[in-house]
Amino acid sequence: MFEKLSETFSSALRKLSGNATITEANIREAMGEVRKSLLDADVALEVVDKLCDEVVKDSVGREVSKSLNPGQEMIGIVYDRLVALLGDLPEIPPNATQEELAKILTAEGPGIVSVSPGPTIVMLCGLQGSGKTTTAGKLAAFLKKRGRSVMLVAADLQRPAAVEQLQTVAEQVERELPGGATVSFYGELDKCAAYGKAVGVAVQVCQRGIAAAREKGVDTVILDTAGRLHVNDELMGELGQVKFSCQPHQIYLVVDAMTGQDAVRSSKSFHDKLKIEGIVLTKFDSDTRGGAALSVKTVTGAPIRFVGTGEKLDNLEQFHAIRAAGRILGMGDVMSLVEKAREQVSEKEAADLEAKLARGEMSLDDFLKQLRSIRKMGPLKNLLGMLPGVGASLKDVNVDDKHISRVEGIINSMTPQERRDPDVLTHSRRRRVAKGSASSTDEVARLVRQFETVSLLSKQFAGMSALQKVKAVKDLSNNKSAAAAANMPMLPGLGAKGSSFTPSIKDKFKKRKR
Amino acid sequence: MAFFKSILGKIKQGLAATRDTLVTGLKNLILGRKLDEQLIDEVEVMLLRADVGTAATTKVIDSARADFRAGKLKESKDLLDHLKAGLKELLGGPQTQLAEAVADPANPGTRVPTVYLITGINGAGKTTSIAKLANLLRKQNKTVMLAACDTFRAGAVRQLEIWAERLGVELVKGQQGGDPAAVAFDACQAAVARGVDVLILDTAGRLQTQDPLMRQLGKIRSVVAKKIAGAPHETLLVLDATTGQNALRQAEEFGKFASVSGIILAKLDGTAKGGVVVAVKQASSIPVKFVGVGESIDDLEPFDPDSFVEAMFEG
Repeated sequence: MFEKLSETFSSALRKLSGNATITEANIREAMGEVRKSLLDADVALEVVDKLCDEVVKDSVGREVSKSLNPGQEMIGIVYDRLVALLGDLPEIPPNATQEELAKILTAEGPGIVSVSPGPTIVMLCGLQGSGKTTTAGKLAAFLKKRGRSVMLVAADLQRPAAVEQLQTVAEQVERELPGGATVSFYGELDKCAAYGKAVGVAVQVCQRGIAAAREKGVDTVILDTAGRLHVNDELMGELGQVKFSCQPHQIYLVVDAMTGQDAVRSSKSFHDKLKIEGIVLTKFDSDTRGGAALSVKTVTGAPIRFVGTGEKLDNLEQFHAIRAAGRILGMGDVMSLVEKAREQVSEKEAADLEAKLARGEMSLDDFLKQLRSIRKMGPLKNLLGMLPGVGASLKDVNVDDKHISRVEGIINSMTPQERRDPDVLTHSRRRRVAKGSASSTDEVARLVRQFETVSLLSKQFAGMSALQKVKAVKDLSNNKSAAAAANMPMLPGLGAKGSSFTPSIKDKFKKRKR
Repeated sequence: MAFFKSILGKIKQGLAATRDTLVTGLKNLILGRKLDEQLIDEVEVMLLRADVGTAATTKVIDSARADFRAGKLKESKDLLDHLKAGLKELLGGPQTQLAEAVADPANPGTRVPTVYLITGINGAGKTTSIAKLANLLRKQNKTVMLAACDTFRAGAVRQLEIWAERLGVELVKGQQGGDPAAVAFDACQAAVARGVDVLILDTAGRLQTQDPLMRQLGKIRSVVAKKIAGAPHETLLVLDATTGQNALRQAEEFGKFASVSGIILAKLDGTAKGGVVVAVKQASSIPVKFVGVGESIDDLEPFDPDSFVEAMFEG
């Protein structure tokens, strides 16, 4: 997708040379591709058209000769527009170092307000199945980790067992998740006899929940309301009543990241009724390109505060416009990849490994460990898809996770000494290993060769500065899938230095500084 | 005939909002206007806004445009007819029959339960759709048993239990956090022992990107097949009508891992157009079998592409 966009722009602008300037006529065709790409990413049509108009405005009159690659230049304009629409960029000091830049880019956003005297009241609303109850639990975990006590109030009396679900979630957060504060629950199970009919009862449940929280001195109350259709006037009225009587400090709209064109209509209805203050984007760990984020942000003007990135209760992250923009354009999401890698490999492990690499002491055991942690991150194909420039080219490449299993089998059949020093693998040893792993001596030999290449590369890699590493990765990923695949085992080590931004993004900021 | 009318009415009702914008919008837009290139452009926009997707929209619109340029479409009504025909063709004929178990030829007297496996991503509407489907089957005088194989999500078992109590059907459940395949196995055994007509298996919502969870569906299928020959007789994917182009990925992956045989399109009573169904049918050839058109237990209807498309345009 990304490549296609880039190509279309390049071919549209190729005819221009010298001091020619971009005119509306010569990019119209290319803008058709942008439009299609954004529509395929589920960005709402009205938003797409607005964005395309702005991009045309931004680019008309620019001189082509100044940029080496007009296609890339155009993509940059689209990307900048996307980022600007998705969220406000933090201030970047003109001479920020790499570390400072990384810090700013991954800095914690404003999160959840805190009012004094408490309790702070947060209200969640959204369509059925958007993920409100799970989000309530995740927010509780988020606050608990920051030392703020939470009470979850079950105001969903529509869906059967929703109250029980929230209670279980609350208990789970209290019991299993880290942090120095209590998470409690308020719900009225007996009110559920009126499931589906109890419109309005939720208002009193919320009021009593808040009263209970005040008595207990709880820091933040989260109201989990029932999922409802934005066209259901009766239930939308109930939300209005909850807002009126409970005066929540923040109202979050919970939106499924896979929503299509309808995202504009539903979020507008919720916003008109309730004045949404923030958006939580759920199910972002799917392979959706997440255009709904842009639609909802544009329609409501409310910032996207959090994204749900998994089924576990601590899978809630702050939203980063830069990453989401890349994903919508199909550019991949290197930051997510690096973060995934970090989840699997601790900082210490990574540092140890890096030291080993630098000394050229990497063993097949370390190699195996890395392979395993990569595997834990998910199917290889999905991971590679996150690398910029790899996504599209990988479509037809068959990446087989079984290959990793075979490698695992071969290494497991080696003695500790052989794993430390593959040089000792004589032919007869190889035969034994092959037998033990149901492979052939050729495969064993190939693995050893591959390992040697990787460890050599890693050794060079370990000696590089963060910047050089980024460059090296860029070169490799330019070399398309094969090189990227070969590069995979080293990613956990790469994550250690916090070089968690893509080269292209970094270049973007450089441009901004001027 | 009256029955058919009620179905048409329900779908129309479900598409009320669609009528407001896309449908009456389209009709007003198309009829009473001169047929020209600009009108075709505007119709294209309408289809895109209905989540039909760029590929399927381009297909329908390009053919309309070609016919227009060849002089085959004279007035705006011709365009409307052409679009209807195009969409109907992409959707194919109605395929709302659910497969049933066939009795073992060796023991013609014994009853074999029919097994339906319900899958989908988190929050698509699986449990509610199951309740509606069970209700529908009960109305056809079939005995139904439900199995709560969603052992992951808190409250999921209880949710299905409440529905089972309300419908007066039996439920098989297991331990929270237990192996869903084990629950499926127990349920099959119970269904055979109790001689029920239909067993419906609820599964935990899973994103199509979660590889191990997707593989688990295969395990459930094979456990069920071992216990009851030919089962599951249908594997239905519940799609949220508000979902955009990601529905294509869902159909592809669930199709691959769970051999999905049909789709239940849930939540068609909002303002979402459900146009993604056209794209899904075109890409994966999985037919839509049912549509969820409201919040009451009776709001599940067999999907009829013709009346679906007609309802979209007639308003």
